[in-house]
Amino acid sequence: MGGSGSRLSKELLAEYQDLTFLTKQEIVQAHRRFSELLPRDKQNVEDSLRERVSFEDILSIPELKANPFKERICKVFSTAPSRDSLSFEDFLDLLSVFSDTATPDIKSHYAFRIFDFDDDGTLDREDLCRLVNCLTGEGEDTQLSASEMKQLIDNILEESDIDRDGTINLSEFQHVISRSPDFVSSFKIVL
Amino acid sequence: MIANVKCKPWKMEKKIEVLREAKKFVSENEGALGKGKGKRWFAFKMMMSKKWAKFLRDFENFKAACVPWENKIKAIESQFGSSVASYFLFLRWMYGVNMVLFILTFSLIMLPEYLWGLPYGSLPRKTVPRAEEASAANFGVLYDFNGLAQYSVLFYGYYDNKRTIGWLNFRLPLSYFLVGIMCIGYSFVVVLKAMTKNIGDDGGGDDNTFNFSWKVFCSWDYLIGNPETADNKFNSITMNFKEAITEERAAQVEENVHLIRFLRFLANFFVFLTLGASGYLIFWAVKRSQEFAQQDPDTLGWWEKNEMNMVMSLLGMFCPTLFDLFAELEDYHPLIALKWLLGRIFALLLGNLYVFILALMDEINNKIEEEKHVKANITLWEANMIKAYNASLSGNTTGPPFFVHPADVPRGPCWETMVGQEFVRLTVSDVLTTYVTILIGDFLRACFVRFCNYCWCWDLEYGYPSYTEFDISGNVLALIFNQGMIWMGSFFAPSLPGINILRLHTSMYFQCWAVMCCNVPEARVFKASRSNNFYLGMLLLILFLSTMPVLYMIVSLPPSFDCGPFSGKNRMFEVIGETLENDFPSWMAKILRQLSNPGLVIAVVLVMALTIYYLNATAKGQKAANLDLKKKMKMQALENKMRNKKMAAARAECRSLQPVDSNFLSLPEDQKSSFPSSSKVMTHVKFQRTSFGEQLLCSTLDGIPDVFINEGCLSPPRARKISMLL
Repeated sequence: MGGSGSRLSKELLAEYQDLTFLTKQEIVQAHRRFSELLPRDKQNVEDSLRERVSFEDILSIPELKANPFKERICKVFSTAPSRDSLSFEDFLDLLSVFSDTATPDIKSHYAFRIFDFDDDGTLDREDLCRLVNCLTGEGEDTQLSASEMKQLIDNILEESDIDRDGTINLSEFQHVISRSPDFVSSFKIVL
Repeated sequence: MIANVKCKPWKMEKKIEVLREAKKFVSENEGALGKGKGKRWFAFKMMMSKKWAKFLRDFENFKAACVPWENKIKAIESQFGSSVASYFLFLRWMYGVNMVLFILTFSLIMLPEYLWGLPYGSLPRKTVPRAEEASAANFGVLYDFNGLAQYSVLFYGYYDNKRTIGWLNFRLPLSYFLVGIMCIGYSFVVVLKAMTKNIGDDGGGDDNTFNFSWKVFCSWDYLIGNPETADNKFNSITMNFKEAITEERAAQVEENVHLIRFLRFLANFFVFLTLGASGYLIFWAVKRSQEFAQQDPDTLGWWEKNEMNMVMSLLGMFCPTLFDLFAELEDYHPLIALKWLLGRIFALLLGNLYVFILALMDEINNKIEEEKHVKANITLWEANMIKAYNASLSGNTTGPPFFVHPADVPRGPCWETMVGQEFVRLTVSDVLTTYVTILIGDFLRACFVRFCNYCWCWDLEYGYPSYTEFDISGNVLALIFNQGMIWMGSFFAPSLPGINILRLHTSMYFQCWAVMCCNVPEARVFKASRSNNFYLGMLLLILFLSTMPVLYMIVSLPPSFDCGPFSGKNRMFEVIGETLENDFPSWMAKILRQLSNPGLVIAVVLVMALTIYYLNATAKGQKAANLDLKKKMKMQALENKMRNKKMAAARAECRSLQPVDSNFLSLPEDQKSSFPSSSKVMTHVKFQRTSFGEQLLCSTLDGIPDVFINEGCLSPPRARKISMLL
């Protein structure tokens, strides 16, 4: 892995291990992949911890490229003021939430934020509509018709909206997700 | 606090800040946290717990680094999705289980016998008989596991029945028996542990309450990294949605009930025929193979020698395709058709296995009969040898001592070795058929489709035959049944777990390559079960069914008299009694004998039955309480919402309302209704002082519920209007 310039210090590694669900190898591997996305002159340790990578570069990694929610994922984890780039710590946060050992609670929390397209804290009809369109792919012919969409969203709200206010809030979402056996195993990204 | 910080959904900066503050606090006040005399002890405890935490973390890292094939599985996950990858995860888990079995059998049975037992050639049971010596090292003979391979540590018959061997006084017969039982016990424990871990994931089995929500929230597989697979996934999700919506909309139109029922009955009839035919074929093949065993090996061709194994493997390969064909008649939804197919394949493989065992039991009984004759012959032969020896001595008083080369001693038919050999041969031929099938069925087909596509009339890639999809359920079932054979045979052939390790190792690499090279992702993915418990459940069933014959054989059949570690005993488990008598103090033996008193055993069984019943009842009660709580939560949430809305709206009202004008109330009804949006006018407002302060209750004209009031205040124009009206 090259000289001392491209290695993380032990204390930093230990701290990251305390703060995330990743193992040491995964953190080191994440650091390597992140550095590759930076321009040549900024690939040493100090700069890599400070620099930010723009969305286009992050979305070019194969693990995210095929994901229909890739922009939302980047937006949710970004701490930049304009929310258009990721730092290394944001990247680690992302990997930690999507790792194997993360608790279902934290996964469902972040899933809710990813699905909340307008960032208003609830999933309303508009959010659900955009969510379904993401899942059915890009082409015109694969998207659902308006009546099908309406029926689908009606059914979803019927099932999950406990207090009948027309939106799904975080606790309702977590209640639905916690009963699903597929969620934890499919909500994973591994570098 | 420090341990929980990673579970909080905060940004990294915030987490770092919190963590550093907490650590500073702990390190500054460490001394002060422990008081007075206990200070040093407290500091020591803190240091030890820190070191322990660090050690645990390093150990976790080490364990994660040790897991093999992580990259391969990740590549498959990203290309095919998590369902195909689940097969390889299952394969890796089986590899781990077999590794433990291998370590047990190798280190506690094979190695001691090899190191400290008598060498090859010293005893009759350890030597190739004179008649077979010439051909003992031929490849053909070795491939059949006869000859030198038969008289080695690989099989049961080689082991000596001396009570202790070597300078450590290693008790080999006891170890052999105990390792056999331990392998079975360990397998049960590990499978049950895996199943109970998955039960937690199941979430209580609410199958249909959240159908649509799950389809939308949980259907995307985030592991997919390949754009083609992603496209397939999009299509399958869309189709899924459309199907679910249309199912919801229209009731199923029953086209022609009687025709469909007749066709389904016909299909099941064919399936039964196939199952019966395959069972008969196997029985006949086993009988024929025993006939061939009597004949001279040189007169038999390759097919005759391997007929039975080939028949079993070929049946396992072709019958599922037949079942697929019959399923066309039935016209079920693909998910239900998959379940039927799995059930039928399972029945086929199970039936084959048990027919095989029955035929084997037949053979074992024959061999035991034969043994009696051989025993009688040996006494005659010994008497002749002694007579001849005495005759040779009569001329010469000091002659060579009486010695017969072990290869010349007549042998009994060793039924245990025969059983071991059958299982080993079956495993090997199974491996070969699997690999050949993959090569021909997947690889050659892919080559054909790829290269002949240029000069063919129709598009080979999209129409028939196109590339094969990876058959998850078929492969998993094959893996489960092979493991069942290993469990059955490993008592009689200690080398079987080792052979299986080799097989799984090569299988992993070979199938990974085949999948990436020749298969395409499935167009529609159907999971056979909600959790992985379906396949683990089958594994458990097979484990149970395969240990039953072994236990039966151990308990009720007499071991051969001249081969194996239990020769000379009446039953194999007598080795335990013998150890208790000789190696343990006498009071222990007395206690254990008391413990096996039938009365005590019956009492224990009764207690276990009662415990099971009690636990079952508790589980049911808890499920019911769970449902109850859920209902209560729903009602409570509804009530809270209603109350909050009313409070918020009425508070907004009261800020802009004047006291009620009684004149309005005295107006006749029709005039009241002529006011704009009269139904939305509040007629009176009641102030009610409760223990929570002021609670506003509002009612409206005509008793229409006030859900029209949005959350938050009324808009200023409306508030003004109401204040004007009132």
